[in-house]
This record gives sequence, structure tokens and C-alpha cells, in this order.
Amino acid sequence: MFRLSSEDMARRVAEDIPDGSYVNLGIGMPTRVANFVADDKQVIYHSENGILGVGPAPKPGEENTNLINAGKQYVTLLPGGCYFDNAESFAMMRGGHLDIAVLGAFQVAENGDLANWATNEDRFPPAVGGAMDLAVGAKKLFVIMRHTTRENEPKILQRCTFPLTGMGVVSRIFTDLSVLDVTPEGLRVIELFGSNTFEEVQSLTEARLLPPLNS
Amino acid sequence: MIDKRVASLREAVMDIPHGASVMIGGFGSSGIPLGLIEALRQQRAGDLTIISNNAGVGEEGIASLLRDGLVRKIVCSFPRSAGSIWFEKRFEEGAVELELVPQGTLSERIRIAGAGIGGFLTPTGYGTKLAEGKETRVIDGKGYVLEMPLNADFALIKAEASDPWGNLVYDTAGRNFNPMMAMAAPLSIAEVKHIGQLGELDPERIVTPGIFIDRVVSQETIHVPT
Repeated sequence: MFRLSSEDMARRVAEDIPDGSYVNLGIGMPTRVANFVADDKQVIYHSENGILGVGPAPKPGEENTNLINAGKQYVTLLPGGCYFDNAESFAMMRGGHLDIAVLGAFQVAENGDLANWATNEDRFPPAVGGAMDLAVGAKKLFVIMRHTTRENEPKILQRCTFPLTGMGVVSRIFTDLSVLDVTPEGLRVIELFGSNTFEEVQSLTEARLLPPLNS
Repeated sequence: MIDKRVASLREAVMDIPHGASVMIGGFGSSGIPLGLIEALRQQRAGDLTIISNNAGVGEEGIASLLRDGLVRKIVCSFPRSAGSIWFEKRFEEGAVELELVPQGTLSERIRIAGAGIGGFLTPTGYGTKLAEGKETRVIDGKGYVLEMPLNADFALIKAEASDPWGNLVYDTAGRNFNPMMAMAAPLSIAEVKHIGQLGELDPERIVTPGIFIDRVVSQETIHVPT
């Protein structure tokens, strides 16, 4: 099987972020997507704590402990950016004002159900943060994740077995093997990476997949 | 004559009793009233219910209240962070109860408590474990969960600057939960870097009107004895 690196997965998601969009990137791998958005696109990043127009990390010595992103990393504000309180920030999410949210996931189901905040065998106390609000609110929800677990078990399922973050919320899934769209007919493969075949990707997916439309 | 200035952090939190519920502003390292929390810790009121987005990291802030066994319950969205050792330890011991609330539901519950609203229907959490046991409704084919207002006895607020009337301006993303919490408690106490003269703050820049604030204490003039 051909598997994209994490970096190339982030690069692939960045291709699907249109010029002029308002985007929220989740903690971890989703945050890396910003590194690969082409310079000729103007994308405005939202941070749940209350920032629009999030810029890159500050130079050493110029950090402001108040100016951090959702992942608690130091950031800067781009010209045109602004600050607001947390209730207004979540009104932007819940109210459908953000064009795209990119989140990681433990599991996605064929109906677009998302599980990304807890497993059934948590060794740690639970934490949910803004994931459930983002899931229901963004106009489009992109998931970036490995196609399978480390043990090669499918993460794209008929039904999620982990606690849900949101029901029927995922629009598109970017994995290291392929890109899939959640459609009313079911999960459709829209791109296969490298030499991967539809049958190979299906064999690592529990949900039944629909082949690319032009194949 | 309205003058909400108090002379010390100690004095500002002196009357917070055992068993009180306390909202604490902040998100990660941003906009946390660390001086007020330290004064509260030294004051030794225990059995507290703390309402805040996170549960503190390292040895300071909410983590120090948890370490000293002063917290009975915590209401927050993201208690676990890199370095949230005291929360994890107390939770594992069963010494602290956790009410986990999605972040936008947390800030809106606080906001409506301050705004006099009796509840709201949100799509967030519908069909998930965090909505179990809650009233739901389907409106135009979309599912919603009924969430109730969340208030507290006290609110500890962090802002950049104030005036004697308690008007507040913030620094960058430091405002986060502070403006809503200031509204949701009958006694709101703000820790600021600087208290200016009346009229010094640009009224167009004031985010929290002084009507929501009862006490202000400046880091310039105060010193917490250890």
C-alpha cells in the first residue's frame, strides 16, 4: 500500500481550502495544514479562544502569554485580525459562520458520524473542549486521520463504537490512502493516492465504499 | 461616590466562604487571574466548586487549589492538558467531581446566566454522551439539547486595565471567558495590571462595563504576603 506522510496529508487538505475562506484548524495534525496553504490564497484562521486572523508563531522573545491558540501555543495576529470573547467565538462556530473546520478523528462512520474526543478505554479523565461545537457548526467539516489504527484496524466504520462528537457532521475524510466524501448514497472515494486501488482501500475500510465516479 | 478599588488581593477574596462556587476566567495560560487565585488559596476556603475552561497546569492557578485539596467539584470543558498533574491525581483519587461541558455550551451557559435567560437549545452535543439525561427537541429536522444557565457565587476576572468604576479593557486573547463570567456572579472581582483615573479608558475600547464588576485590584499596588 502507498501511504502519504503526515506532512503530505496536511498538504493535500490545504489544496481543498479555497481562497477567502474562514477556517478553524483543530489541535495537532490539523494545525499543520496552515503550513501548506498556497501563498496566493487569503485564508482567515479562527481560534476558539477568541481570535480571527491568527498569524504564525512569534519570534523568540516576542511571545505574549495572552496571545495563544486553541492548542495553547504562542501565536501572532495578522493585520486585519481581531479579538472577541469566548461566547462570540462559539457563536461563529455554532452559527455556521465558519466555512471549514479541520479535525482529527478516532473513527468516522459512513453516515458522517464523528468520534474524536473519547475512547471506550480511557486511561485519562475525559476532555472535550470545542470539538462538539465545531462539529455541528462549521459549513464543511474535514477530517484528517490515518486510514487505519496502528494495528491496521479500520477507523472508517459502518457505525462508530467510540462515544460520538457529532451525528452526521463529516463532509470529507482525508486519509493517508485516499480522499472520501460523505454523500447521501454513502461514502464515495474521490481520490486514491499513489498506486492504491479501490479494492485495496475497501479492504482496509469496514464501511462499504462507492468507487470514484469517473472510473 | 463609586470606588471599587480594594487595596490588596487578600482583601479582595477575604469573604469567599467554604463551599462557595467560583468562576475563574482564563484559557490555557491566557487571561488567568493568578494573583486572586493565589490569594484564595492562602485564604484556605475549601470545598469549592470551580468553574473554568481548564483545570490548571503545573503548580500555579487552579492546579494549586487542587493540590491543596480545596476543590470539591470542577466544571470545565478541557481539564486535561500537558502538565495538568494535580487535576489528574485528584480525579483519579475520586477527590474531585468533574462536570464536563462542551466549550461553547460552557461560555453560553455562563453568558445567559448573566443575561437573565432561563435556558437555551443548542445543537452541540445532540446524540452524544454529554447530552444523556437532558431534554431534547427537534426543530425543522435538527436536534437540539436544552442547556441551563450556569452562575456562581463569585467570579475572579483578569483584565489589562480598569478605572475606579470597574470598567475593563483586555489584552489580546486574554478576554476569553472573563466578560461572561463578570456578568454571571453577584460578586465579581477583577485583577488588572493598572487602574487609571475615571475617563482614562477609551469608552470605545471598554469590553466589560463596570456595572458587572464589584471590586478591582491592581497588580501595581498590591503584594501578597506569603
